[in-house]
Amino acid sequence: MARIELRGLAHAYRPNPKTGADYALKPMEHVWEDGGAYALLGPSGCGKTTLLNIISGLLVPSEGQVLFDGRDVTRLPPQERNIAQVFQFPVIYDTMSVFDNLAFPLRNRKVAEKEVRARVEEVADMLELSADLGRRARGLTADQKQKISLGRGLVRSDVAAILFDEPLTVIDPQLKWLLRRKLKQIHERFRLSLIYVTHDQNEALTFAQQVVVMHDGQVMQLGTPQQLFEVPAHTFVGYFIGSPGMNFLPCRFEGGSAVVDDIRIPLAREVLDHAPRHGVPLEIGIRPEHLRVSASQGNGALPAEIASVEDLGNFKIVTAKLGRHRLKAKLDEDAPVPAERGWLTFPPDRTRLYADGRLVA
Amino acid sequence: MNPTGVGFKKRHIGLIAYFVFLLLPIYWLLAMSVKPNQEILGGFSLFPQTITFANYVTILTDPSWYNGYLNSIQYVALNTVISLSVALPAAYAFSRYRFLGDKHMFFWLLTNRMAPPAVFLLPFFQLYSTFGLIDTHIAVALAHCLFNVPLAVWILEGFMSGVPREIDETAYIDGYGFPRFFLTIFLPLIRAGIGVTAFFCFMFSWVELLLARTLTSVDAKPIAATMTRTVSAAGMDWGLLAAAGVLTIVPGALVIWFVRNYIAKGFALGRV
Amino acid sequence: MDNRPHDNKAWFLVLPVFLIVAISAIIPLMTVVNYSVQDILGPFQRVFVGTEWFEQVLNDERLHGAFLRQLVFSGCVLLIQIPLGIAIALTLPAKGWRSSLCLVLVALPLLIPWNVVGTIWQLYARPDIGMAGVAVNALGIPYNYTSNAFDAWLTVLIMDVWHWTPLVILLCFAGLRSIPEAFYQAAKIDGASAWAVFRHIQLPKMRRVLTIAILLRFMDSFMIYTEPFVLTGGGPGNATTFLSQFLAQIAVGQFDLGPAAAFSLIYFLVILLLSWVFYTYITHTDREDAR
Repeated sequence: MARIELRGLAHAYRPNPKTGADYALKPMEHVWEDGGAYALLGPSGCGKTTLLNIISGLLVPSEGQVLFDGRDVTRLPPQERNIAQVFQFPVIYDTMSVFDNLAFPLRNRKVAEKEVRARVEEVADMLELSADLGRRARGLTADQKQKISLGRGLVRSDVAAILFDEPLTVIDPQLKWLLRRKLKQIHERFRLSLIYVTHDQNEALTFAQQVVVMHDGQVMQLGTPQQLFEVPAHTFVGYFIGSPGMNFLPCRFEGGSAVVDDIRIPLAREVLDHAPRHGVPLEIGIRPEHLRVSASQGNGALPAEIASVEDLGNFKIVTAKLGRHRLKAKLDEDAPVPAERGWLTFPPDRTRLYADGRLVA
Repeated sequence: MNPTGVGFKKRHIGLIAYFVFLLLPIYWLLAMSVKPNQEILGGFSLFPQTITFANYVTILTDPSWYNGYLNSIQYVALNTVISLSVALPAAYAFSRYRFLGDKHMFFWLLTNRMAPPAVFLLPFFQLYSTFGLIDTHIAVALAHCLFNVPLAVWILEGFMSGVPREIDETAYIDGYGFPRFFLTIFLPLIRAGIGVTAFFCFMFSWVELLLARTLTSVDAKPIAATMTRTVSAAGMDWGLLAAAGVLTIVPGALVIWFVRNYIAKGFALGRV
Repeated sequence: MDNRPHDNKAWFLVLPVFLIVAISAIIPLMTVVNYSVQDILGPFQRVFVGTEWFEQVLNDERLHGAFLRQLVFSGCVLLIQIPLGIAIALTLPAKGWRSSLCLVLVALPLLIPWNVVGTIWQLYARPDIGMAGVAVNALGIPYNYTSNAFDAWLTVLIMDVWHWTPLVILLCFAGLRSIPEAFYQAAKIDGASAWAVFRHIQLPKMRRVLTIAILLRFMDSFMIYTEPFVLTGGGPGNATTFLSQFLAQIAVGQFDLGPAAAFSLIYFLVILLLSWVFYTYITHTDREDAR
């Protein structure tokens, strides 16, 4: 087990990168604490798999260092790093039995056969594969194959971290949660560091203690699922996490408050103090869950037109027009919705201000 | 990627050795084709001392020579067209439907690929004589269908199975009839597959000689058979033979250059 | 997996293929069967002779010789070409223009008319004017494929390796390219050696294309005719007279139609039988694995 540190890490697939667009991974500093369960979340092509492959050693970064417990492993090949990785599509050795598959990494490392047997049996028991140990691996179902991939990581007693690259993509939906629960159990039992790459926010938010959101080769935010939801550090995080994503309104600063077109929106005191006055584009952001819609004018409420209401079972999505802008609000299914015209309230403690995409706090 | 991990240098020495083995005979053919006969017979020289294109001039100006090329190209093209046009609907049937005896039919087709052409020599000769087709391009083209049609069906079936069936269903729902759907929607989807199949038909028809020579005498005589003409009373005209050989490689090399990106793919598809 | 609809109308689509192959295969095959049981004395004069031709052919010493030579030859072809093809396919560059160039060069021999292949090797191996022939003799090894039986046999074998290994290479290359990168990455992480990667990943994934390669190479080498015909004409003596040469000798050379037809049928059946044995053996072990 190890604490994994990335120092000044960057990667470009082509030599001599000049502009930011040449980087698959822009320069970053990051620490993965020992024993943490992290999710690496981002849309396709954001560099998460590149980052994962650098940590596992399949890829040597073009700049910067990777440290395991303070030891520089940047140029070490994967087999010397004590890393296990589970891939998107199950990788198993077709011609071997399940037992031989699980024993493979140990035998390659010349572990004594008696210990191999003990380890394999222990891991198989934990993964509920004991009954299948003698079978050929190729006849198994996708979720069992994926368990074997995981098992090949777990049998090694020296594993520093297990990396997952969208491991549930090919698994049946009803089996996904079973496998995810198994992962949690294993994490709790061994306190292994886990890094789990996914583009599915539900998977990330339910699995991890800490979520790293990536976009365009950059880490946008590291935080608990709750932090990502309540205080997105970047407009991208606000937009990407949550369904529907955060509402954003371009605004300017006038007389100590934010003004969208001609409409004044109240903000919290400390936000106003920190807000930059010139030169950067500003945006107001609010979660659909936090935007209040009512039929009568309350204190500080703003008049809006109700454009549409979608009923999605246990909640409703209301689309309201505030001036030229459309906003979405998420309401309980039994909450009253005004017809045609209503009033919107932006609670100041829930309303964020973003300068050039970044949170102003 | 260096999956086998044997030292970089060692692997490449092996590869280079293989390419030398591969290319030397072809180089020698080229070298001989531009040497005058006295030099070929006079002594051994690794590189041509005097370069002459007389052999090529002979071939390209003498109708009895260049007609051989034209004949070969004609029946090969004819065969490719026939093979493709009958194999396309059949491959579609095999990839989309089950029908009475489909598996047996498929296997029977493939067994024809296993038939030694020598076995069919005589019966073919008699069959085509009966219809007065001996020494025509169509006779050779039809005879080559024996092994090209099964192969074409096999390869095309592989490509077609890669196209989701939903596309067919959507087209039928949109009111397309089968012929229009097949020609305007389906065929463009498997362009690559048709290219690969045409390549293989071309190749196997181009390289085959036994049947081609037996079924022709003058009017449709393939170039490969014309080459035996270089044996004359005065002995072998080695230079001319080599030049003719070089010219038979050219069409193949051209075709392979055009389909180079699909070759590997064509082999990987098709079911066993 | 097989959820194709059942529709016998599909036969209409198969009909053209059926007709064209029937003309090229069934009618000639019937002619062959006809000949094999009759003695043709002249036009419209035929006598039914039963299995006489079959007995005659099967007891022919020359056939036994040709059959044995053929088996040894096809065996050598498989033993050399399959491992060599796999090895070269593993070494070829995987991507980029180098890969394209190598593939085009490798495929070149496949596109040369078969008799020209014979011609090329004739020119290349002749001890008086051929580069290889002269070189080998210069090394002090006496070599002359036109007079020495073993030299002739060896030359035909090397020629076949030159001509057909490319097919095995292309097939294996295609098989290797279809292995997802993740398999190699996982093997690296598992600390697998190069041999283990080959044994447990590459070889199993190439199984399907290798089946095709072995079958094709077996069938085609068993039918080899044109190349040795041009190179050696079956000689010296009978050293390079394989089954097809033998057949052509009795059919066209001696015009013994009956025995030739009987032999043709036996020949065809032997190939079908051996191919079937190969095929079922390979697919059977395949199914064993799945269990």
